Amino acid sequence: MSIRGPRKGENYELSVDLNSEYRDKRKDAIKRTIASMTVGKDVSGLFPDVLKNMQTDDLEQKKLVYLYLMNYAKTQPELVILAVNTFVKDTDDPNPLVRALAIRTMGCLRAEKIIDYLCDPLQKCLRDENPYVRKTAALCVAKLYDLKPELVIDNGFLEQLQEMISDSNPMVVANTIAALTDIHIAATSQPSTSSSDPGVFVITAAILNKLLIALNECSEWGRVAILNALARYVAADDKESEHICERVVPQFQHVNGSVVLAAVKVIMIHMRGVRREDLIKQLVKKMAPPLVTLLSSPPEVQWVALRNINLLLQKRPDILSNEMRVFFCKYNDPLYVKVEKLDIMVRLASETNVDAHLSELKEYASEVDVDFVRKSIKAIGQTAVKIESAAERCVNVLLELIATRVSYVVQEAVVVMKDIFRRYPSTYEGVIPTLCSNLEELDEPEAKASLIWIIGEYANKIDNADELLGIFVDSFTEESYAVQLQTLTAVVKLFLQKPDSSQGIVQRVLNTATKDCDSPDVRDRAYIYWRLLSTDPGAAKAVVLALRPPISLPQTTVSPALLEELLGEISSLASVYHKPSETFVGRGRVGVDIVQKKGMDLTDERFSTQKALQTVAAGQQAENLLDFDDAPSPDGQPSGLAATEVLSTTPAAANLLAGTSSNPLDDLVSIFGGMGGSGMSGGGVNGIPSAVAGSGPTVASPVQAQQPQDDLLGLF
Amino acid sequence: MISAFFIFNQKGEVLISRLYRTDFKRSIADVFRIQVVSNSDVRSPIITLGSTSFFHVRVNNLYVVAVTKNNANAALVFEFCYRFISIAKSYFGKVDEESVKNNFVLIYELIDEINDFGYPQNSEIDTLKTYITTESIVSSAIAVEESSKITSQATGTTSWRRADVKYKKNEAFVDVVETVNLSMSAKGTVLRADVDGHIQMRAYLSGTPECKFGLNDKLVIDKGGGGGGGGGGGDAVELDDCRFHQCVRLNEFDSTRTISFIPPDGEFELMKYRSTSNVKLPLRIIPTVTEVGTTQVTYIVTVKANFNNKLSATSVVLRIPTPLNTTTVDCKVPNGKAKYVPAENVVVWKIPRLQGGQEITFGATADLTSTTHRQVWARPPIDVDFQVLMFTASGLIVRFLKVFEKSSYHSIKWVRYLTKASGTYQIRF
Repeated sequence: MSIRGPRKGENYELSVDLNSEYRDKRKDAIKRTIASMTVGKDVSGLFPDVLKNMQTDDLEQKKLVYLYLMNYAKTQPELVILAVNTFVKDTDDPNPLVRALAIRTMGCLRAEKIIDYLCDPLQKCLRDENPYVRKTAALCVAKLYDLKPELVIDNGFLEQLQEMISDSNPMVVANTIAALTDIHIAATSQPSTSSSDPGVFVITAAILNKLLIALNECSEWGRVAILNALARYVAADDKESEHICERVVPQFQHVNGSVVLAAVKVIMIHMRGVRREDLIKQLVKKMAPPLVTLLSSPPEVQWVALRNINLLLQKRPDILSNEMRVFFCKYNDPLYVKVEKLDIMVRLASETNVDAHLSELKEYASEVDVDFVRKSIKAIGQTAVKIESAAERCVNVLLELIATRVSYVVQEAVVVMKDIFRRYPSTYEGVIPTLCSNLEELDEPEAKASLIWIIGEYANKIDNADELLGIFVDSFTEESYAVQLQTLTAVVKLFLQKPDSSQGIVQRVLNTATKDCDSPDVRDRAYIYWRLLSTDPGAAKAVVLALRPPISLPQTTVSPALLEELLGEISSLASVYHKPSETFVGRGRVGVDIVQKKGMDLTDERFSTQKALQTVAAGQQAENLLDFDDAPSPDGQPSGLAATEVLSTTPAAANLLAGTSSNPLDDLVSIFGGMGGSGMSGGGVNGIPSAVAGSGPTVASPVQAQQPQDDLLGLF
Repeated sequence: MISAFFIFNQKGEVLISRLYRTDFKRSIADVFRIQVVSNSDVRSPIITLGSTSFFHVRVNNLYVVAVTKNNANAALVFEFCYRFISIAKSYFGKVDEESVKNNFVLIYELIDEINDFGYPQNSEIDTLKTYITTESIVSSAIAVEESSKITSQATGTTSWRRADVKYKKNEAFVDVVETVNLSMSAKGTVLRADVDGHIQMRAYLSGTPECKFGLNDKLVIDKGGGGGGGGGGGDAVELDDCRFHQCVRLNEFDSTRTISFIPPDGEFELMKYRSTSNVKLPLRIIPTVTEVGTTQVTYIVTVKANFNNKLSATSVVLRIPTPLNTTTVDCKVPNGKAKYVPAENVVVWKIPRLQGGQEITFGATADLTSTTHRQVWARPPIDVDFQVLMFTASGLIVRFLKVFEKSSYHSIKWVRYLTKASGTYQIRF
């Protein structure tokens, strides 16, 4: 017996009522106990009293007692033994609901002592004549595996589950698949298993056929489980891939959005094996309407769908080419939905629909939410970069927005104009005076830096360029580093183009930057400029005023290898975040060796390196802030020191990885050798973080890993 | 899979907590309270911290939350949350703090039944209602055979239907409900007009009836030629996409576009569809809004009912936005009531009934206070809610509903049409 509390208080009253001679009073007391448990009060002391009420004909009361047991079995393992008898007896009850309830609950008790008593009833229930009991027992095997894998293996439960895939009842099949998949994942995620181990649940051709049959008969959730299993199947040849696709396509018409997305996933995976062009076309065509329909779901489901549509469009940009209008934002859409729609609108914008697209964006730019307004303006810039014939219309819209003189609108528009200048050099110079007239209103570093870049770039066409830049040189030490770097470069450009009038200002800025500035990047850049200018002005001109390749809007925001992986995980969290799942599961820490090992499987080395880098960088960010599990972990999870060790090795490893694919210093040398520009991609030219290139992990991670070299590159 | 399921009230107190798997402790609920409930700036329905992801859906004053610790199927988790909400609605009407507190025993029973070890199980409302009821069942009271029947139904190929349904009068009611989505630009051009339709069915049919359902679907009519009879191939509608209740045989629809099924007993949603071509807009709104200097805004808003004059629109509500610094609004309406609601910055104009072909005009002047720094008024769109009975914006018509049953009884079918808008019909000005 546990130690009883004082003879008063809430728990005491409950205890009295639980032992009442009246049935109703007892049941009411159980309800009150559960209520206290829900709000977080400790009622574990009532364990023996509640247990007395377990043997009853009242199914509801039984469920309540079971609920209590599941919560406190772990803390009172000795007392749980007292319940075993009733459980075992219940698994023999003539009523299948009672049998299923008993086996379901026993699996959830998680007390060492009771497990040994679980195996016999489970054995029986797996063979029960009633499908409801069988489907519950199937999942119970997964519960047991989670608790004590040896027991499952020793008792032959795995083999039994394998047999149950052929069960006549579709629901039993679905739950069996779910249980096997669960066990499979648990088994393969063990550190001891190598990646070459096929795992517990291998889907063979024979199983495939059973799955395809059960797919049409089982419940919606069962379909998702089966579709997930189908996604793992490796087709033997293109005939088989075609067969799978044809059998799965009807699921697009299911009312449950998760079934639709699971079907899309299977099709995207098995379409890789299909060789018939006409079938591929047909599949893609059939995929579009259900995707659009997902947009009439509740906002959260919509959001998941939108994130996935974004991925699908990166792979197949033509999939929804006529559907842009459904992505127009409604005024009362939640912000997260709006932002995603905006991104997809830009992806779908083409010469034919650009007018409607722009008038929408202009509308959004006058809404209330600052974030959304900024993103809309950014989208205008992206559209201009993407569609050359519409660039002028975009610029006009931007000018109208600048005329509103709303501070954040103007600043964002300036940033966007810079990108347009980089895409279409010396085309829209007429706009420059308007931009410059807004100089005083800029207070954000990015906007300032952008305007300075524009002034520097067109210094020979702006009469008072030295005057304008002078303002920033005067306040040089108070500006942020990004602005300082831009000012420095712009002034040097000005000097190279108009040497006579700007001798003074260039001296001043180089002096300040080398002497009074605390950022090593700024100082280094200033020194290099200084040396260049003093040794060979011709070379300086060739370097600083060199033609840059125009920027373009990348079709993908993730690397090709990652995109393929994410498309294979459609509707999962990974596909929502556009990040590999390693970055947010497995306690948020990613070992480099695991990433590398994973990378080996991929054929293209470059892809794998890219992916590894991203994973490492993202994994660091996702480092577990909260370790929720306050119980001591059973197998000594790395924590504390061990975790730090993993982390400290990652940046170095990342550098190493980066070095193998493209050594930035090689590029630098090659540029000096006269092959200017070849080593540089769109992002980071002149050190401006490119808004157009997207702020996804692609850009971010390599830059982080090799900051110093990149700054050297930034010179050009 | 879902590791835990919670319901929180607005203050972040736990009303329901159920841990399906053992990777969490109950204290995880506190993390959600801190990160989401007490955070005023939550910008995503999924929050991931470390490897723990919180999925939340808001309903009335509650948070319905699912927690996962793996690369979970996000669509499935949200669908599950919404399914829970619709089950709860069907069981006790309204889902709010009070009803959850009053029904917590029932909720625990339900969430244990529809999810096992994190995997969603049968969640068909009709089936659940046969063995989870608001009155307690004593296991001896329901015969063992009865529960065998229930369980085999809950897991069978027609998990949505009992085999022994009997009615004296065999009836089926079909409701075609269409929601019109409209965005109209200030210039009066239609930016987007489409219809989200769903067909709600109430089947009170004996035995195991085999139903065939026919619409004026363009693809069917074009294919079948004169198959359906009745003529009027010109009235056919083009459906962009259809989605069906799980009772409909998807393979058959995919190959021949026939809709055949064995319906659940009682009420269910047979199908959802979407149509974007030839959408008939029931109400035409013509707004003229002029800002007179900085102190006044004048409104002239005309509403025109664009449908047969035998029909009428009911519960028409226009929400006409006013600038934030509005002090008073003087409204003149020939029909219904108009009232300025300062808290929402709108004038709400309610018209109880609007006959087809009718046209009415609203006139108003809003007076503004002078502000020192006047920001440009964002001009949110005018929002219109309405209902029109016996009218479909898409033009969809139910051509037939055939019922075949072994005993070949006679059945009566009723069809109703309703077109409505609520928060989806927006006109910019």
